[in-house]
Amino acid sequence: MSSRGAGGVDGSRQGRAAVGDPLAVPYREREQSVTLARMGEPVYGSEAEALADVETELFTVNMGPHHPATHGVLRLLLTLEGEVVRELIPLIGYVHTGIEKSCETQSYWKVIPFVERMDYLSYYFNAQAFCMSVEHLLDEEVPRRAQYLRVMHLELNRIASHLFWLGTSALDVGAISMLWYALRDREMIMDLFEMSSGARMHTRYLQVGGVFQDLPPGWDAKCREFIATMPTRLDQYEAILDRNEIFLQRMKGVGIVSRETMLGLGVTGPLLRATGDPWDLRKAMPYSSYEDFDFRIPVGTVGDNYDRYRVRMAEMRESVKIVEQALDGLPEGPYITNNRKVALPPRHELATSMEALIHHFKLVTEGFRVPPGEAYTAVESPRGELGCFVLADGSSRPARVHMRDPSFVNLQALSQMAEGSLIADLIASIAMLDPVLGGIDR
Amino acid sequence: MDLKRAKVGAPSKQRIGRLSAQQMLRGELSDPELEAYVEQRLLTTTLEKAQNWARANAVWPATFGLACCAIEMISVVGSPRVDAARFGAEVFRASPRQADLLILSGRVSVKMAPVIRRIYDQMLEPKWVIAMGACASSAGMFNNYALVQGADKFLPIDVYVPGCPPRPEALMYGIIKLQKQIQGEPDLGWRERYRAEGTEEVA
Amino acid sequence: MPDATGLELIARRLRKQIGARAVVATSFLRGQATLELRAPAVGDALRFLHDDSQEPFDFLASLHGCDYFPEEPRLGVHYQLLSRERAERLGVRTRLRVEAAEVPSVVDLYPGADFQEREVYDFFGINFAGHPDLRRILMPEDYQGHPQRRDFPIGGEPVLFTHNEHKLPRWYE
Repeated sequence: MSSRGAGGVDGSRQGRAAVGDPLAVPYREREQSVTLARMGEPVYGSEAEALADVETELFTVNMGPHHPATHGVLRLLLTLEGEVVRELIPLIGYVHTGIEKSCETQSYWKVIPFVERMDYLSYYFNAQAFCMSVEHLLDEEVPRRAQYLRVMHLELNRIASHLFWLGTSALDVGAISMLWYALRDREMIMDLFEMSSGARMHTRYLQVGGVFQDLPPGWDAKCREFIATMPTRLDQYEAILDRNEIFLQRMKGVGIVSRETMLGLGVTGPLLRATGDPWDLRKAMPYSSYEDFDFRIPVGTVGDNYDRYRVRMAEMRESVKIVEQALDGLPEGPYITNNRKVALPPRHELATSMEALIHHFKLVTEGFRVPPGEAYTAVESPRGELGCFVLADGSSRPARVHMRDPSFVNLQALSQMAEGSLIADLIASIAMLDPVLGGIDR
Repeated sequence: MDLKRAKVGAPSKQRIGRLSAQQMLRGELSDPELEAYVEQRLLTTTLEKAQNWARANAVWPATFGLACCAIEMISVVGSPRVDAARFGAEVFRASPRQADLLILSGRVSVKMAPVIRRIYDQMLEPKWVIAMGACASSAGMFNNYALVQGADKFLPIDVYVPGCPPRPEALMYGIIKLQKQIQGEPDLGWRERYRAEGTEEVA
Repeated sequence: MPDATGLELIARRLRKQIGARAVVATSFLRGQATLELRAPAVGDALRFLHDDSQEPFDFLASLHGCDYFPEEPRLGVHYQLLSRERAERLGVRTRLRVEAAEVPSVVDLYPGADFQEREVYDFFGINFAGHPDLRRILMPEDYQGHPQRRDFPIGGEPVLFTHNEHKLPRWYE
């Protein structure tokens, strides 16, 4: 990390470093368009160049929140020397929704839709992390069928998220037709989600204690259709991109970050696995019966953008295998826990049983109470370790819900990936970083 | 007995259909027939209607994805199922100077609102705004300090598309409604069916 | 996770290394181990746990804050440490009062704590001594107040129902 002057709380910085400091402009001025006139005196690239009477200015450019190639509203302050990025400062918060604060005012059941909207490409994972934390606090056992259903939906969501990443990343780099192919397959997965839960995105399917409802008839056949066609589709996508000369030139050798730097920054997920480190929570600290499935962890060698691309493509194949194994081995049983204090009773019981009616009423109006305690559980989301910290104070509302979002921590690796490279390499690095601004800003 | 054939008034539709271009060119059509022929075969309209028709069928959205609704918006333009290019939204222009339509897809946070306003100001007339999703129309489920409670607090919005996120078909329906609105036949929805024009609340 | 006895052993080694008063409490809930420390000792403790020869915890999974209002001390900073060799997690937490909300920063040990400490500062007002660039990260930089504290109002607008729609002024009035 480059050293900078001490920070004042109003956003301005006292003292400039040797390289021109783009944050020296006070905050409100910085929110206006950044022009050269506002940057004060131009800063020369090096003493030697200043002496040699060659004027190279370090030019600060704002890659603003509204930009077609930043995935979402990410603002980058780039200090450029010609076309080379010398310093990169990400400014975030443009889609900050205060979800964690809103969660403190809702009952646990109602927190699930809030929390799903954080990392909006991997919504099942957000719900899974939260539900796992609450089940840990409640000491609730999730039935095996529910665990398998969860795994199926999580892996389908992983494939959908990677497909969207593939489409938009290829679009950024220039392979525009990949967007259409990737979204076509994503439509098949959205159909599956719609069939099982009623909605394409943000489905509220995962509940505390299990899943919301069992699979409808016909889901099995449709999912098998998807599993049958997906590997050939992946072959086709790899045929387009894997050995494409332009793609290789843009990705190979670009954005190399060493494994130790990544570990120090707290980066997890495909970014870490591309450097050669086989850390995957599904294998290392398995949750929700992941230990029953046979799949491999793809790992890269060099840690450049091409390795990150290959790791995610291979992960999609492994996810298809997991979905197939889960479908084949789906056990019979309840799809949600029997504990009526936590899960809604089935509707046919409401007609006959008074206790069921009372439980339903209490759960819907007040919600279940969780004994005081703290829990932190983590799942392996498509972007890395997604952790959820829940502090319960004994009432029916959580006192603190915090999601450790992988994109937020991974964003710190962007300056390592892009400093010293060209702007085009920066775009490719952002694409391979796969940031989701909803998770970063929460 | 003499049969008198008299051409009475305007010729019937079938009659017009049977008139051929040859007859018109040779000058064999009588005056009402000629008038009806021209009306049916050629396009005569006011300049404004033509202009509105062109504007409606070639609305170019600006790429303005904020949050989850952006994913469904990209599904509208990118997925082969609901294809916005069929309706004229051929390209999503990145520069606001070249775009007509701002689809506010996603949560409008307090930090982002001045940026959106500046981009809206940079767009050239005529311009329209669709508030896609619950978070852009009202703040959705996020009634808190961090969101602007509805983008209509700082932008004039033409169409609100509810949903969280709205299906791509719903967004497409919103775009079609906007097209009808541009062409001067705004679809008043239930107010048309129940003949309740005049009950609109204008803020 | 280190089990309950393992946690006590870690606590004992920490006490021996840093000082008997540094470790305030240990807590073990259904397999998750948490150490509670006093605020000034956090930097040394994390460094010890990072370099420990017996049971090193060398990965910072998460750094977040918490408000325990109305219990005192009110604010809390949580560190989630992970040992990848042994696949174990250890939680470290420290409780602070609002008037003395200062914790040593661990950015030199874990560079990934940079953004996360800025987020805790932004939302709770806890100062991290030694952080190179402590600015607000998600809220606008000149925002007043720390939103995630429990006495900060949730904000937003009152929802209009028929019983109050004439009593509350609309935003254009």
